Amino acid sequence: MIEFKNLHKRFGKLVVLDGLDLEISKGGIFAILGPNGSGKTTLIKCLLGMVIPNKGDIIFDKKSVLDKWAYRNNLNYLPQIANFPPNLTVIELINMVKNLRPKDSDTEELIELFGLKSSLDKKLGNLSGGTKQKVNIVLAFMFDSDLIVLDEPTNGLDPIALIHLKEIIQKEKDKGKTILITTHIMSFVDEVADEIVFLLDGKIYFKGTIEALKKQTNNDNLEHAIANLIAKQYA
Amino acid sequence: MRSRWSYVYFLFYLILGFVLLFLNNDVDKAVITLMNIIIVLTPLIGTIFGVMYYYNSKEFTELLLAQPIKRSKIFMGQYLGISISLTLSLVLGLGIPFVLYGLFKSAAIFNFSLLLVVGTFLNFIFVALSYNIALSTENKIKGFGYAILMWLFLAVIYDGIFLISLVVFNSYPLDKFSLIATMFNPIDLSRILILLKLDISALLGYTGAVFRKFFGTNFGMFISMGVLVLWVLLPVLRMNLKLRKKDF
Repeated sequence: MIEFKNLHKRFGKLVVLDGLDLEISKGGIFAILGPNGSGKTTLIKCLLGMVIPNKGDIIFDKKSVLDKWAYRNNLNYLPQIANFPPNLTVIELINMVKNLRPKDSDTEELIELFGLKSSLDKKLGNLSGGTKQKVNIVLAFMFDSDLIVLDEPTNGLDPIALIHLKEIIQKEKDKGKTILITTHIMSFVDEVADEIVFLLDGKIYFKGTIEALKKQTNNDNLEHAIANLIAKQYA
Repeated sequence: MRSRWSYVYFLFYLILGFVLLFLNNDVDKAVITLMNIIIVLTPLIGTIFGVMYYYNSKEFTELLLAQPIKRSKIFMGQYLGISISLTLSLVLGLGIPFVLYGLFKSAAIFNFSLLLVVGTFLNFIFVALSYNIALSTENKIKGFGYAILMWLFLAVIYDGIFLISLVVFNSYPLDKFSLIATMFNPIDLSRILILLKLDISALLGYTGAVFRKFFGTNFGMFISMGVLVLWVLLPVLRMNLKLRKKDF
């Protein structure tokens, strides 16, 4: 479904992606892991067209995405930092984003699920970090798209919201959607992910199931297995 | 644009218009005073609004970028939104008092509309220039600084350099030079355009005669309007080029 071909990206002198090749098939949950600054967010932003790669190509649904925009209609994105215009209310923002896509959306259920009903008329600037993240999640899941990209979705969520989030992710997966997740919470990965993509030095260091990773690193615990991979970088 | 400031700006012009008419008791004289204000103020306000809006709406822009909308459409929308709302504030704010005063019966109507047209051009030019600066500068404070410097340069320093060069090179024929130098500064160009139409070009002395010959004709008018259009188009063009390469 998605294919990254020989992707290069530099910010000034800093090389973030260095000839990255990655193929992601349709359906399933893929966790993109890697140490801080390994290029996870950059990779995702390249896919979204927010960061423009220096070299290489990205294929989504058999078409290149570079310099295009219509493909984003089939893609939902949850940004890492929930930055919203502070002078809008929650419901205004939701309606505004609804207007942007020629597509049906389902917000009632999500708003109910995350208990946002009482906050709908509050200004976004006055919300707590966790509530903002909930709004963020509503915005990311309200459209029915084939690909869902979640950048650190668990940031600031309370345990109940976290359980709901996992439920939604599972539900979307059962509908046959492709879900990309980046996170640092290994228990979360262990619970939801089907496959792991491990980024290191701007390249794919490992790609495969959790089982395969545990086997390769001789470690029963995912957290330690990943730590093992990262430790090699420091060595 | 959901902004209180464009209302404040509108009110400012409204009050300014009334006060000037009240003090001058004459549309013609009010137009002259107004010119001095518009020439300096619209660029400044355009510049500040442009950078301020860009940096303030950055989060929202990022939200929009992940939606299925073309990049250039997002930014052109913002650009036109600011420019048009500023222009509306200007035209309505000044238009209402002058119309109430009986503009349509006076002979100054042409001068007055030229003033508004030039003000509109200045709005579009300086919002575009400041957007260019904001797009190229990640750092908010630096962006603000550059934008204000740009305004200061075009509004004040450019004139200074221009005058000094006239004094230094005054033994050479300067008519061509001064004509061309004027074209490179939208503020100067607007000022001279209005001054000549106001029939007070005698104040301009020797070079005034040269300008008069050039700008006074339809051809000169046409050229200078063309240059103002270029001043809008070039920054907008650069904005679009810059956008294709920019990372968010």
